[in-house]
Amino acid sequence: METQAKVDEILTRYKDAKRDALIPILQDVQDSCGYLSKEAVIQIGAYLNLPTSKIYGVATFYNQFRFQPVGQHHIQVCRGTACHVKGSSGVFDRFCRDLKINDGETTRDGMFSLEVVSCIGACGLAPVIAVNGEFHAKLVDDDASRIVKEYKKAAKEGDNK
Amino acid sequence: MCQIEINGRVAEAKIGETLLEVLRREGVKVPTLCNVEGLNPTGACRMCVVEVEGRGNLVPSCAFPVSDGMKISTHSAKAVQARKTIVELLLSSHPDDCNYCARNGNCELQTLAAELGVRQRRYKGERKKMKVDVANPSLVRDPEKCILCGRCVRVCEEIQNVGAIDFIGRGADSTVGTSFDEGLNVSSCINCGQCSLVCPTGALVEKRNVEDVMAALADPRKYVVVQHAPSVSVTLAEEFGVKPGTDIDKEMVAALRRLGFDRVFDTSFSADLTIMEEASELVSRLTHGGTLPMMTSCSPGWIKFVEQYYPEMIPNLSTCKSPQQMMGAIIKSFFARREGLDPKDVVSVSIMPCTAKKFEASRNEMIVDDIPDVDFVLTTRELAQLIKMHGIDIENIPGETADNPFGERSSAGKLFGGSGGVMEAALRTAYHMVTSEELTDLKIPAVRGSKGRKEARIQVGDLELGVAVVSGLANARKLLDEIKEGRNDIHFIEVMTCPGGCVSGGGQPINLSPDTVRQRQKALYRLDQEETLRTSHQNPAVHRLYKEFLGTPNGEKSHRLLHTSYVARTDVLK
Repeated sequence: METQAKVDEILTRYKDAKRDALIPILQDVQDSCGYLSKEAVIQIGAYLNLPTSKIYGVATFYNQFRFQPVGQHHIQVCRGTACHVKGSSGVFDRFCRDLKINDGETTRDGMFSLEVVSCIGACGLAPVIAVNGEFHAKLVDDDASRIVKEYKKAAKEGDNK
Repeated sequence: MCQIEINGRVAEAKIGETLLEVLRREGVKVPTLCNVEGLNPTGACRMCVVEVEGRGNLVPSCAFPVSDGMKISTHSAKAVQARKTIVELLLSSHPDDCNYCARNGNCELQTLAAELGVRQRRYKGERKKMKVDVANPSLVRDPEKCILCGRCVRVCEEIQNVGAIDFIGRGADSTVGTSFDEGLNVSSCINCGQCSLVCPTGALVEKRNVEDVMAALADPRKYVVVQHAPSVSVTLAEEFGVKPGTDIDKEMVAALRRLGFDRVFDTSFSADLTIMEEASELVSRLTHGGTLPMMTSCSPGWIKFVEQYYPEMIPNLSTCKSPQQMMGAIIKSFFARREGLDPKDVVSVSIMPCTAKKFEASRNEMIVDDIPDVDFVLTTRELAQLIKMHGIDIENIPGETADNPFGERSSAGKLFGGSGGVMEAALRTAYHMVTSEELTDLKIPAVRGSKGRKEARIQVGDLELGVAVVSGLANARKLLDEIKEGRNDIHFIEVMTCPGGCVSGGGQPINLSPDTVRQRQKALYRLDQEETLRTSHQNPAVHRLYKEFLGTPNGEKSHRLLHTSYVARTDVLK
């Protein structure tokens, strides 16, 4: 389904909605489309009679919203307390450096996306990350580079088959 | 009514008003950063904190309601120290380039630091690197200088109902920005510059064209012509410390000549011309069944607003160009030919109270065969800079009058500078066009005054005209919505983007007091009162122009040169 149709379908569930329905609508749209596109935000703004700047302001306040589609490999870096103490910021920085993207962004080729998450409940494995739900535990900075390389290699082999 | 005690003195107060209102009335100056009279108080900056007896914490006086028997202390050691600390913390992450800032010497943060005696850098905060947004033709946005007071956000939303900017992000990462962090140029910004008037620092300033104009003046091949807008002569003096409402039209003309402009024209002349065109258009629409209500088109912020939000009402807009653009078009055609100049060698500069005029001059519709009607627009503030830079003592310079053929004006044209002025000028002339007589009393009190919306019914011959005057686009939006819902008793609407009209335009001297705007407005009406030539259609220079060049108002030639078209803007992020 096109984004517009998806958003339209969601908005029908919010009859006579006012601005207080904004966050649930944004959540539904992100669930359905994977991210909040410009087009979707404009459509929601027109429906709720809100300037898009206001919607963007609300959406950037919360960590849960993203403005780019997730990549083929969605990397979630835990920045909970235990992971932080065990050095997750270095791991995160390494991903940023290697992929040339920041939190909430997606690489141009659409292969990787990066997201900072709060505690994912695996403190014993700190620092921990999840790639498409698959956990990688007790990482050091270099592991980040290795993981990126491995996924790239796997993707290439997949292409050659 | 109730009584409160301020610093040991008893004062009367009204229940429900804020502490700050009482303090201001009682002559106690408590500094503010986020507060602007007329906008919702947010208590965000906490500069205005005071001590209230019986409360442990300091309270922000701008957002704290008065109650009976309250005892407050405004400048206790605790309150003063708190304010100083706030300024120190704001400075800790603020760029240290005051000498290179557009607001140097006119910055509220700088003033507060001086007043509170900040002499030491006690905190060193992290400095964020952010891009300066220069893509907009009217305004420059430097988020590094932003102190997040939110005045711009509120003025854009509450006064203009545009909401081009808002708080983006959270906590220490918060910034004021556009949706999707795009440039202002692709946002819904209407370029009105009200944000630059309320910004306490240099985070939002006009796009500067001072250097462009200086380069043109220094180029011997260029013939540089300048026009000055009706409201500029009653506001410019403020930049030189003179009290608001002082008209220095003649001194300003003399200063412009000394700056090296080859000709100095008065935009009030082309305002008269606008009235001839606009009143004819109105009469024609009324008698030939044209689209009504007709809406004025002098204010470029308003034009973009309609193009963005009410494209279906574009046919209601008068097709007349604004006085700035009419003057520009006449300079590059009639005037250039008369003087034997190649239009390419003529540089047309305008002095405007407005940042949106910069945008207007850059519109495609205003550029014919690569030749723009107006090359550069300077705001009142930029002109003041230019005058100071060139050592012209505007207070002691002998006055001069503007040049022919576009220097003569009626006071009706001058009235364009304030809300209600275009309406009054147009009614004076429309009345004459319909009845061939003059109004017995040229003063039309119903459209005067500082209210955001004024309505009147005016008898013009057999016609009873319903007219409305609005300023501030939030007021305009309400009226347009009423019309869309079927209201049909209004024939003519004057809209000025800025509240109060051009006298409080985004390019005017920065002064937030509503009284200043009233003084500026009064000065225009005073000029009208003292003037003998008070209607546009009696301006002999306008008559000459029609006779020698244009033919008749609303005729073929004036349509080609003095009228324009508009575009529905679906591509902006609104």
